Amino acid sequence: MSSLAHTTSDSWTMLRRNLLHMLRYPSVTVILAGMPVIFLLLFVYVFGGTLGAGLGGVSGGRAQYVEYVTPGIVLMAVAAAAQGAALSVAMDMTEGIVARFRTMAISRAAVLTGHVVGSIVQTMIAVGIVLGVAVLVGFRPTAGPVEWLGTVGMVALVALALTWLCVALGMASGSVENASNVPMPLVLLPFFGSGFVPTESLPGGLRWFAEYQPFTPVTETLRGLLTGTPIGNSGLVAVLWCVGIATVGYFWARAAYHRASVR
Amino acid sequence: MTTPSSAIAVTGLRKSFSTHVVLDGIDLDVPEGTVFALLGPNGAGKTTTVQILSTLLAADGGELRIAGHDPTRHPDRVRAAIGVTGQFSAVDNLLTGEENLRLMAHLRHLGRRAARDRVTELLDRFDLVDAARKLVSTYSGGMRRRLDLAMTLVGEPRIIFLDEPTTGLDPRSRRTMWRIVRDLVADGVTIFLTTQYLEEADQLANRIAVLDGGRLVAEGTADELKRMIPGGHVRLRFADLFLLDAAARRLVGSVRDDDALALQVPTDGSVRDLRALLARLDGESIEVDTLSVHTPDLDDVFLALTGQAKQEQETVR
Repeated sequence: MSSLAHTTSDSWTMLRRNLLHMLRYPSVTVILAGMPVIFLLLFVYVFGGTLGAGLGGVSGGRAQYVEYVTPGIVLMAVAAAAQGAALSVAMDMTEGIVARFRTMAISRAAVLTGHVVGSIVQTMIAVGIVLGVAVLVGFRPTAGPVEWLGTVGMVALVALALTWLCVALGMASGSVENASNVPMPLVLLPFFGSGFVPTESLPGGLRWFAEYQPFTPVTETLRGLLTGTPIGNSGLVAVLWCVGIATVGYFWARAAYHRASVR
Repeated sequence: MTTPSSAIAVTGLRKSFSTHVVLDGIDLDVPEGTVFALLGPNGAGKTTTVQILSTLLAADGGELRIAGHDPTRHPDRVRAAIGVTGQFSAVDNLLTGEENLRLMAHLRHLGRRAARDRVTELLDRFDLVDAARKLVSTYSGGMRRRLDLAMTLVGEPRIIFLDEPTTGLDPRSRRTMWRIVRDLVADGVTIFLTTQYLEEADQLANRIAVLDGGRLVAEGTADELKRMIPGGHVRLRFADLFLLDAAARRLVGSVRDDDALALQVPTDGSVRDLRALLARLDGESIEVDTLSVHTPDLDDVFLALTGQAKQEQETVR
């Protein structure tokens, strides 16, 4: 078999291992969806009336805010799941089984690829739960089949980017404790963008940061796909950001895995 | 058959972690189809040696050949030939025993049918059929160790590294592991074993090396090692006290045991020494009832060679 065929086959084997873990412990997936769901309910029912009024739309208030905030919450779910991946990779690295993998002639990136793809599957499930709850509390997406396809693609791409980045952070952090803390800012980044309020409402420096940080174009793209707001060039910028982050994360993670293998 | 070639050949192996020298120039040669035991106290560098030989760690210096391949230049060729069962069980706790074995079969790229047959065979051979569908986290220590070794064997490696394979196991599980190791050797597999248990090395190994402070302080068969240190003696038994008296007077340095009518005479255990002793007794017409040679056991060797005897003798205030 060629080396590419081995890599694919080994990655698939590792993915099945991670999916089995997920099936054995479905509670992990539920917990990953739980945090963003709580934030969704908090923002819609506690802050939603006031924040929605500030958006200045026709319907105003809570109903309008659900439409506005859902894409931000979706991204939060993606970031939280990626953070979970960092933790599970760091924990896995301490297991004897990974030491065994290293003494076997299997392709280097397969262990990590299994984690990342498994985590993306988990992310999609968590995002599905978040969207389901959003619909229950009044979210009414206008997306047609093409827009839904685009949404799934965008979520998968951003999950790919954040998960590789978090796996790299988890590998580089050196301990399980650090691995769970280092990616924490990622979960908060949607707040400093267009996830919860329009960037125009932010003060000077923060507004500048919000407009140029990667979560904002991703949020705008998701919002456009789901609720029909204008996307402009956000789609292209979002894709470029994601491809860039995914590439950096992939090579960083692979190098960290290799370093851990041969000291 | 041609002369057996080396499964593992090592010269001048060195490894340090920052300023701490762990291995300070080690030479090893393990012929194919034999059991080699690396003995040493905790922290002697046994696990580090296994990690280097099994491509987990890079050596700082030295020539290494595992199954004829250099682990630095061709790690995957080495990995294809070896199997490792470490000190800490390398099993996936979140999977069942059967799933663990199947995982290994897939990673060894066995076909679907070959994988299924191999998994069934190993479950049966390692007495894990009843536990096959249970999560490994519910297994006992002995079962985990058996599964661990079964996973190592999925790829039918020609060289197996066993890093303290029976540490923490009860005597019955330990004997089961020994039986499995003997079966493997009978199939022509080479075993590189590390252990703290001298009995284990004595039972299993063709050759034993003692590692202490990053150096090999002794190497040889169990008997050769036992002969290396003093403490051997011959025990002579006599028919009556008169003969015992006569012998004790003539043999300087002997220790008498009147109740057993026995005399302990120091010896290096060599045939020449024994022959001289018997000739002398014959010459004096002192008849010996029975004679037994006591060589020091490996515990004596271990303590003498690794400088732990001193610590053992420290008195408690």
